[in-house]
Amino acid sequence: MGKPETIVEKIWNKHVVHAEEGKPDLLYIDLHLVHEVTSPQAFEGLRLNNRTVRRPDLTYATVDHNVPTRNRDIIKDEVAKKQMETLKNNCKEYGIPLADMYHPDQGIVHVIGPQLGLTQPGKTIVCGDSHTSTHGAFGALAFGIGTSEVEHVLATQSIWQERPKTLNVKVEGNLGPGVTAKDLILAIIAKFGVKFGTGHVIEYTGEAIRNLSMEERMTICNMSIEAGARAGLISPDETTVEFLKEREYVPKGDAFNEAAAAWLDLATDEGAVYDKTVTIQAAEIEPQVSWGTNPGMCVPVNAATPSLEEAENAEDVKRALEYMGLEENQPISSIEIDHVFIGSCTNSRLSDLQKAAAIVKGKKVNDNVRAIVVPGSFSIKLQAEKEGLDQVFKEAGFEWREAGCSMCLAMNDDVVPPGGRCASTSNRNFEGRQGNGARTHLVSPEMAAAAAIEGRFVDVREFAGAVS
Amino acid sequence: MEAIESHKGSAYPLDRSNVDTDQIIPKQFLKRIERTGFGQFLFYHWRFDDDGKMRETFSLNDNKYKEASILLAGENFGCGSSREHAPWALHDYGFKVIIAPSFADIFYNNALKNGLLPVKMDEAQVKQWMKQAEDGALELFVDLKLQTITDDNGREVAFDIPEYHKQKLLNGWDDISLTLHHEAKIEAYEKRN
Ligand code: SF4
Repeated sequence: MGKPETIVEKIWNKHVVHAEEGKPDLLYIDLHLVHEVTSPQAFEGLRLNNRTVRRPDLTYATVDHNVPTRNRDIIKDEVAKKQMETLKNNCKEYGIPLADMYHPDQGIVHVIGPQLGLTQPGKTIVCGDSHTSTHGAFGALAFGIGTSEVEHVLATQSIWQERPKTLNVKVEGNLGPGVTAKDLILAIIAKFGVKFGTGHVIEYTGEAIRNLSMEERMTICNMSIEAGARAGLISPDETTVEFLKEREYVPKGDAFNEAAAAWLDLATDEGAVYDKTVTIQAAEIEPQVSWGTNPGMCVPVNAATPSLEEAENAEDVKRALEYMGLEENQPISSIEIDHVFIGSCTNSRLSDLQKAAAIVKGKKVNDNVRAIVVPGSFSIKLQAEKEGLDQVFKEAGFEWREAGCSMCLAMNDDVVPPGGRCASTSNRNFEGRQGNGARTHLVSPEMAAAAAIEGRFVDVREFAGAVS
Repeated sequence: MEAIESHKGSAYPLDRSNVDTDQIIPKQFLKRIERTGFGQFLFYHWRFDDDGKMRETFSLNDNKYKEASILLAGENFGCGSSREHAPWALHDYGFKVIIAPSFADIFYNNALKNGLLPVKMDEAQVKQWMKQAEDGALELFVDLKLQTITDDNGREVAFDIPEYHKQKLLNGWDDISLTLHHEAKIEAYEKRN
C-alpha cells in the first residue's frame, strides 16, 4: 500500500489534466452547475470569441436566485425577467439541460444537485456560486467560481487551480439534544473565525460528523465558505451511499454496487496527514444565534452580545452592533424579531421543514411576526405537502411559498424592510443581505420556528414539545 | 484583458476588515446581463442613503478621494459571494490596485481575471499608509514588474505575487486561450475516463 492520503489528495490526483512546476494544475471538472445570475456574461464571452460549450452533458442549469416564490407568473422586475430568459436562450443555444421555473426538478442549485444524484462522491463540481461547497457533503470536491471561470469551464471543461492545503476540522463527541448541524457550523465559525479556512479545503471529521444525516452534512459543508474555505467535504460512508441509491442520475443495479465500492474507497486513509487540524467538542455546543454582520459574530442563545471593552476588534463590534440596532452586553433572549425566514441552500430540505413544523404544530405565529417558509426545491415542496407540513405551517400563520433563494438574498420581492429584524435559517448576515437596512440573525430551523411563535429568541431546548 | 505593468495613483483608505462582496456591490444590481457599468453601484449603500442621496459621512464621497485609484483595505477583503460583479464594479469605478493584508480566495482570483491587481501586504504597512492617506494625501507607485510599491518619499516596499499570475497580468493573457494549448491533454483525459 502506498502512503496514506486524504480524500482531497485522492480526488485531486485523479483529475489533474496538466501539471507544470510553478503553475497551478489544470483540473478536469465532472459537473458544472449554472444559474441565471453569474452566467450571462460568461455565455456572452463565448459568443464574442466564437467558442462553444465543450461538454453540455456535464453541465446542468436552473433558475433560483431571481424566481418569484409567490406567483410564478408575475415577474414585475423586467431586468430579472430578462436575466432568466437569457439563461433559457443560452441553454437552448448550447444544448444544456435546464430546470426552468415550471420544471419539476427546479430548485436552489445546491439543493437539486444532490436530490437528482448529479452530485456524487469523488466528482469535481463547480458553480458560479460560493455555496457550491454544499456538495462536499458527499465527498465531492466542490467549490464556487467567478464568471470568468464559468466561461472557462464552459469552454474547456477544466480549471486552473492551486493545489489547496487541507484543514481537518475534527468534531469530537456528540451534539446534545436540541442542538443541530446549523448550531455546530455556526459555533465552529464563531470559534475559529471567518477566515480560518482561507486557502484550504476543510474536511469535517469525528464522531459527531459521522452521526449526521446527509441533509445535516450539507448544512455543515454549505457554510465552509463562511469560514473562508472555498470547499468543505466529508468522506463518504454508508450514509452517503444509502442517500444516493435510486437517485435519477446515479447508476443502477450492479453498476451502483461498483460505484458505491469506489466511493467508499475515497474516504481519507487512516494516518493521512493534513496541513492543519483543529478540534472542537460537540457536547459543549449550544443553540446559536448570530448577533452581528458576519457569520462569525455568533453566541449561544443564553448568552449576550459582546462587551466593547473585552472585544478584540472593538471597532468592528461597535459598527456591527450599531447596524444591528443592539446594545453591548444585551441578552440574546431580549431581542424581538419581526420576520422569520425558513429556507435557503443551508436549511430548506425536507428534514429542515419537518423539524420546524414539529415546533410550530398547533401554535400561532406571534402577532408582530411575518413568517415565510420557502422549500429548497419543487420536489421538496411536493413531498412536504404530501406529509401535510404546508397545512401545519399555514395554520400557524406562516406563508408557504414556491422554491427558490428568496429572502436569503432578497433579489426577488421577498425582502425584509429597512430596520426589520429577521430570524433566518440562511447563511449570511451581511449588512443589507436580506434587504437594504435589514437585520439578519442566523439560526437553525428549530430556533427560527420557536422565534416565530414567541416573537423573540428562545432556547429551543426549553421550548414546549421541541426536544424529542 | 488589459495588460498592467505598473500603476501610479492616489490611495483611498477603507479601514474595515471582512468587507464582503454584498457591500462592494449589492444584489439588486446583479440582474444585468452585461459586464460593464457597475462602477456607479460600488459600495452603494455606504455611498448613498435610502433616497439615493450621497452620504457625506462615508469617506469615499469626500472630494479628496475623487481621483483615488488604489484601495487600501483591512483583512479578508472580498469575502462572501463569488459575484465577479465586485471586481467589475471596483475596476469600472476607477480602482486599479487593491492593497490589503489578506483577500478571500474567490475574490482574489476574480480580481486577477479582470486586470485588477490585488496586493497582499503586511498589516502594519497597510495601516501606516491608511493613516497617511487620511491625514493628508498619499500617492503610490505600484510596479508589478519589480514587485515594489514606492510612496511619495521614495520609500520602497516589496510585495509577493505568484509568478504565474504576474506574467498573465503583465501580458494581458486570456486564460481560455492558454488552456486551449492543452486541448489534446483534455481530450486524452476524457478518453481515459
Ligand atoms: S439560497 Fe442563498 S446562499 Fe444559497 S444559492 Fe441561493 S442566494 Fe446563494
